[in-house]
Amino acid sequence: MTVIAVLCFLACLAAVAGAAADRAAQGWARQLGAEATVQVRPRVGESGATAAARAAETLAGVDGVEEAAALDRKAAEDLLRPWLGDAVLPDLPLPFLVAVRLNPEAPASALTLSRALAEAGLDASVDDHSLWRGEVERSARLIALLAAAAFLAIALAAGAAIAYATRAGLAAGRSTIETLSLNGATDARIAGLFMRRFGLMALAAGAIGAAAAGLLVIFLRFLGGSEGLTQALPLAWSDLLLLSPCPLLAATVAVLAARFAALKVLGSDRQDG
Amino acid sequence: MPSSPASAAETASAPETVRLSGVGFGYADAPRILRDVNLILPRGSFHFLTGPSGAGKSSLLRLLTLGARPQTGRISLFGADVTDIARRDIPAFRRRMGVVFQDFRLLDHLSAFDNAALPLRLAGGREAGQDADVEEMLKWVGLGRRMDARPPALSGGEKQRLAIARAVINRPGLIVADEPTGSVDAAMADRLLRLFQSLNRLGATVLIASHDQALAERSGARVLHLHRGGLYEAAA
Repeated sequence: MTVIAVLCFLACLAAVAGAAADRAAQGWARQLGAEATVQVRPRVGESGATAAARAAETLAGVDGVEEAAALDRKAAEDLLRPWLGDAVLPDLPLPFLVAVRLNPEAPASALTLSRALAEAGLDASVDDHSLWRGEVERSARLIALLAAAAFLAIALAAGAAIAYATRAGLAAGRSTIETLSLNGATDARIAGLFMRRFGLMALAAGAIGAAAAGLLVIFLRFLGGSEGLTQALPLAWSDLLLLSPCPLLAATVAVLAARFAALKVLGSDRQDG
Repeated sequence: MPSSPASAAETASAPETVRLSGVGFGYADAPRILRDVNLILPRGSFHFLTGPSGAGKSSLLRLLTLGARPQTGRISLFGADVTDIARRDIPAFRRRMGVVFQDFRLLDHLSAFDNAALPLRLAGGREAGQDADVEEMLKWVGLGRRMDARPPALSGGEKQRLAIARAVINRPGLIVADEPTGSVDAAMADRLLRLFQSLNRLGATVLIASHDQALAERSGARVLHLHRGGLYEAAA
């Protein structure tokens, strides 16, 4: 029973971790999808700052854009400072950028933004982060798949442990089975007794495992707030709902395993000479 | 040609409880323990089955309780051919038998009362008056004051009497006992014998496998002897 409870605990944690990782990845992808960056190349006789300001003004009027702001040199230096340091920044030619915040419900496409800029006579290129967003989305799918695989592997291990415990219990109770059988019990009745016993045991083990995982989630949620311990695993109260089917799933596996094992033992009860 | 077994209920009025015709039995590739065994137990008869260890007494009882299938020959119980009986049909026949094991086979987690009541519960729930029947049966076998005791707290003789009470609580048509006096003293053996004789007088067919030749002779019952795989009736 302890082993089954521990496996149920691990399966619950895998399910919660999978849900949290999926939530984090979707959040990042959504965030990336709501932003675009425009690099402006000033024409002859026009300063970079002026071109960027004109581009921001143009983009602000496009449908699907909530806000467009030119990044001044200081803002651009602030972005690069963590990678390049202070020493080379003053002499470095920096691109003139416009940060665009898109309407998350109906964002303007990169093509729309490019066309608006061209119509305004601006030489600019638009990066809607689609490449990076695609990577994040692929990562999110992979993380969700890995979590699901981990959950399935642990659930299978729990199922195997339950089946093994059931078979061991049946082997230990072979004399009981024979006694019941010789006193007129049907196979279904005997299997039912074992199904009930092992189903209840797995139900209890599943409940203990789910409760332990639930307590851990509650603890981490309190410890880390809505973002959890790390942004990569944002926990939500709704994750507790994921744990609720665990006892029933464990009991179902146990009942099926007990039925299968009991009928197998009973099937070999009448020996051929 | 195997005939399809009749249901247990259809055969209540069969003149013979057991019929074995040319039955042979052995385990896997080992030499046969039973060879060409023929046996008829008329309804209401009382027989002892004797023979040395390994003669096949337990195997014969196992065949009768449908715990094994013969390699050759046919077996009829209560007038129905059960040689090739389907597994689902076995419980109905077993409910018409009472089986007493040498090692009692009591369920240690149940009280004496619940052990004795087991066949009634397995046969279909808890009917009114059932508890009174169980109490009466336990008093009859001398366990009236031990109803709440669990088997580990009972003596060998008490366990044996409890096993007998369980075997006969359903008023079975056939009582099969394997060495029921093997673990009790002579006085208790006589007491158990009288118990079986009382059950026999109530109409049950009784077959007792025993090493105790003297007890068999004292009983006045017909004695069957197993020797080298064959079954012989001992001279009266």
